[in-house]
Amino acid sequence: MTRYRGNVEAIRSLVRPAEVHRDVYVDDEVFQLEMEHLFANTWVYIGHESQIPNPGDYYGTTIGLQPVLMVRHTDQTVKVLFNRCPHKGTRITTETCGNAGKFFRCPYHAWSFKTDGSLLAIPLKKGYENTGLEESHAGKGMAPVRHVHNYRGFVFAKVNDVGLGFEEFFGDSLSSFDNMIDRSPVGKLEVAGSPLRYMHNCNWKMLVENQTDTCHPMVAHESSAGTAVNVWKNAPPGTKKPMAVEIFAPFMSPYEFFENMGIRVWPNGHGHTGVHHSIHSDYSAIPGYFEKMVAAYGEERAKRILGENRHNTVYFPNLMIKGPIQLIRLFKPIAANKTLVESFTFRLVDAPDVLLERTQMYNRLINAPTSVVGHDDLEMYERAQEGLHVDANQWVNVQRLYDSNEPVDVTAETNGTTEWQMRNQFHAWSKFMTMSM
Amino acid sequence: MASPTDKEIIDFVIHEARLLDQHRFEEWLALYTDDAYYWMPLEWGQTDPKLVGSLMYEDKLLLQIRVERLKGNRTFSQKPKSRCHHVLQTPQIDSRDDAKGEYVTWTPMHYIETRYDDQQLYAAWATHTLTLVGGVLKIKLKRVDLVNCEAAFGNIQLFM
Repeated sequence: MTRYRGNVEAIRSLVRPAEVHRDVYVDDEVFQLEMEHLFANTWVYIGHESQIPNPGDYYGTTIGLQPVLMVRHTDQTVKVLFNRCPHKGTRITTETCGNAGKFFRCPYHAWSFKTDGSLLAIPLKKGYENTGLEESHAGKGMAPVRHVHNYRGFVFAKVNDVGLGFEEFFGDSLSSFDNMIDRSPVGKLEVAGSPLRYMHNCNWKMLVENQTDTCHPMVAHESSAGTAVNVWKNAPPGTKKPMAVEIFAPFMSPYEFFENMGIRVWPNGHGHTGVHHSIHSDYSAIPGYFEKMVAAYGEERAKRILGENRHNTVYFPNLMIKGPIQLIRLFKPIAANKTLVESFTFRLVDAPDVLLERTQMYNRLINAPTSVVGHDDLEMYERAQEGLHVDANQWVNVQRLYDSNEPVDVTAETNGTTEWQMRNQFHAWSKFMTMSM
Repeated sequence: MASPTDKEIIDFVIHEARLLDQHRFEEWLALYTDDAYYWMPLEWGQTDPKLVGSLMYEDKLLLQIRVERLKGNRTFSQKPKSRCHHVLQTPQIDSRDDAKGEYVTWTPMHYIETRYDDQQLYAAWATHTLTLVGGVLKIKLKRVDLVNCEAAFGNIQLFM
């Protein structure tokens, strides 16, 4: 049964101004259409150039469900190729990262390709003489993803020709990337080791929405952050507050704290929490770091960079970054009810190691499959994925602080507990889903 | 106390797993020294617990928070509670330093964690660094290397 394929009106009717139909989370056909349209019409995060420093280095990931490779070409540019042999479909690499040398070689029939994907050689090529191979799909080599943009080291790609250019799609939201990168005295980041990989039996959008949901931390995370605060109360007086408690405690901040932190929305589904302050604002200063920043940027600019403590920035459709702690989370869709979350950490080049220590600790405590914060989040998502099968109410509410005159696709700042950013995401969802239908 | 015999060391490691299987978490935590760490690396052969990601690298304060959380009334991911089951190979004593009172054991194991209808099987090697505190064996470091450490996991809520 196809209810949604080829039916733009049916897709649009799933998103109302302040509620969305459950089919965006549970319906297999809607999920399939997301893979074909939403993830092809938007700029999807691929990886960071520090993962492929040398020519021939590659890193494998996905755009929606499609396997792709990010590779450093011989001319030093970054290419993104679909990861299949044009011959029989064999995935060219199975290891996530490695070095291909001067060319990729398919392990099935030894067809080889330059690192920009173009066909290099085929064994026993005379068997293809006068067969028209040049005009076939196979003869064109490994297909590149046509639209690739490297923003200060962060590589994005867009599959379809329709959609917006990179700068227009992201606009001012790139300021969150700028802040994360500028926190390195030399303006450079490096991926620090393997990502934490956490499997979720829920729809990918639940995770994205949760990134700007500021009314859940003190409820869902009472058992972890609240317990941390209580256990810490028993420490002998005068004990230095450990880094772990600095990380946990702000989750228990009162509603007022989150209301006042503010939320900013941008066009095309991007937005962030923590306009004025955030749960990352009050971490201890790291000895020697501020001095290095002042030496690099001057005092005024160094203070401005470090004074910007955005909480979570959502890059629509499926990326979240945390500038103040140099961490990004990629929400990779696998099925309507299955999502892989990969959480990457970054080293600020030329900054003290203790910053990376904090980044890694934050990732372990909050984003790991062994994280007591992650456990309760996942519990909520999975309960929602089940609860949405109730037929009596088929709508998910995103109405908090909604105003019927609320504009769409604008830049605006407002109360930190608004669900405007969720509405903003669904407006973008509807727009980019239907753009190529 | 005299230096522990091999059997005493082996029995200690087996006893630790039993306390976990029986949800005797307070007694379990008391087996750890005050400066102990519980480490579950993310990478194969990982040597750095701080600047490289790990699944867990927790001091006694963080372990205490976990144990307290498991008892909480609003610990939603533990309604219903998880259960666990260890199958250990006999621990092997890799090093013995009686002068320093330090002992390292290596224990291949299968670990099962269940909740609701879900049952997950993990395979790992546990490396215990034990030390004598006031003549009593304690855990200074427990390192758990999962055979598939870099795989994507769902919730792992108890202790391996």
